[in-house]
Amino acid sequence: MVVAHPTPAMIRGWLDDVLDPELPVLSIADLGVLRDVRIGADASVTVALTPTYSGCPALAAMARDVTQTLQAHGVAEVRIETQLAPAWTTDWISARGRARLREFGIEPPARDADAGLAYGPVVGEIVRCPRCRSGSTRELSHFGSTACKALYRCERCGEPFDYVKPH
Amino acid sequence: MSAASPSARASTNDAHVEYVLRFGDSALVLAQRLSAWVAHAPIMEEDVAVANVALDLFGAARMWLTYAGELEGAGRDEDRLAFHRDAREFRNVLLVERPNGDFGQTIARGFLYDVWAVLALGELARSGDPRIAEIAAKARKESAYHLRRSREWVLRLGDGTPLSHERMRAGIEALWRYTGELFLGDAVDAAMLERGIGFDPAALREPWLAEVRATLEEATLEVPADGWMQRGGKQGAHTEDLSYLLAEMQVLPRANPEAVW
Repeated sequence: MVVAHPTPAMIRGWLDDVLDPELPVLSIADLGVLRDVRIGADASVTVALTPTYSGCPALAAMARDVTQTLQAHGVAEVRIETQLAPAWTTDWISARGRARLREFGIEPPARDADAGLAYGPVVGEIVRCPRCRSGSTRELSHFGSTACKALYRCERCGEPFDYVKPH
Repeated sequence: MSAASPSARASTNDAHVEYVLRFGDSALVLAQRLSAWVAHAPIMEEDVAVANVALDLFGAARMWLTYAGELEGAGRDEDRLAFHRDAREFRNVLLVERPNGDFGQTIARGFLYDVWAVLALGELARSGDPRIAEIAAKARKESAYHLRRSREWVLRLGDGTPLSHERMRAGIEALWRYTGELFLGDAVDAAMLERGIGFDPAALREPWLAEVRATLEEATLEVPADGWMQRGGKQGAHTEDLSYLLAEMQVLPRANPEAVW
């Protein structure tokens, strides 16, 4: 639907349809990747996005999706701004995003991101199985199929699952 | 507007470009080295790990090189800089261009570099140049994960079987002479330090050594004696190994210079 003079709130509503291509249950707002929406005097729309991990290839896809979505709603000029600071953190994943991740079978971060960069085991980080909610889980690999995930296995129900690392 | 002559302005800008290239090139060359392990790592989890670490480093390299190109103002973007410079123009530290060797040597290289990277990026996150600060702040979080993995492997291999211990020992021994360069400052470092943009490389040596020593001792390994330290990577004087790496990395873009993707 083409709208002559959209408000930032309307634009954010449209951008709810832009999903993370690797985690297709999260919108860029849920993920904390969408940082700002500004409308210029010339009716151009600037959308500020922040990359999750430095090498994450999904940002380019999300930027294209943002442009296409807004153009489909009649926005003539769309500018994508990459914002590096403040650095993205999993603390920005919304409550809705966390719930959607869990429904999808991916466990969201079990604690806030550690600004102290401790690289040993972190006390109090109990990773629960997204399916059976058991706390008896084991890390198989600190790295997973995407930069943001680690691979775990539930010792109770036996299923492997992805875990979004606190970052 | 600055009253400096064009050549003076050019040289202060040159130092700034050089400085950014150093961090970008080190990330790029190490990422390229690690990529060679993909589909060849000893266990599947390591295959996934090495790909993830390399991806983080490529991402950081993209940010650094893009910024260097902008500072240079000669129309070179990240791809132009990555694929169309010769070895003499690269500014990576020598440590990262060392060949992969066996897994022990790769882990040794990674560990010695990662300890430094976390420290260096911590300094850069406080740079007076906001772009450097924000790139470094992001990269540092990822380097801390890389260090976790490389440190765990040093412990596991060092304090492992006689074979793994020997390979880990040999890896550390072979690479020790390339670690000195990490702490050797030159005119570019001095210029950046003076401008509040950079840090003094020598200041990182003590914390680096303390951390390396602690891990090596826990891994039942000895800290090698300091001898002659190789240097020159930051100034563009590289080993022949870099040429082979670049030949492979650059052959396709150089054969098709107008290609876009």
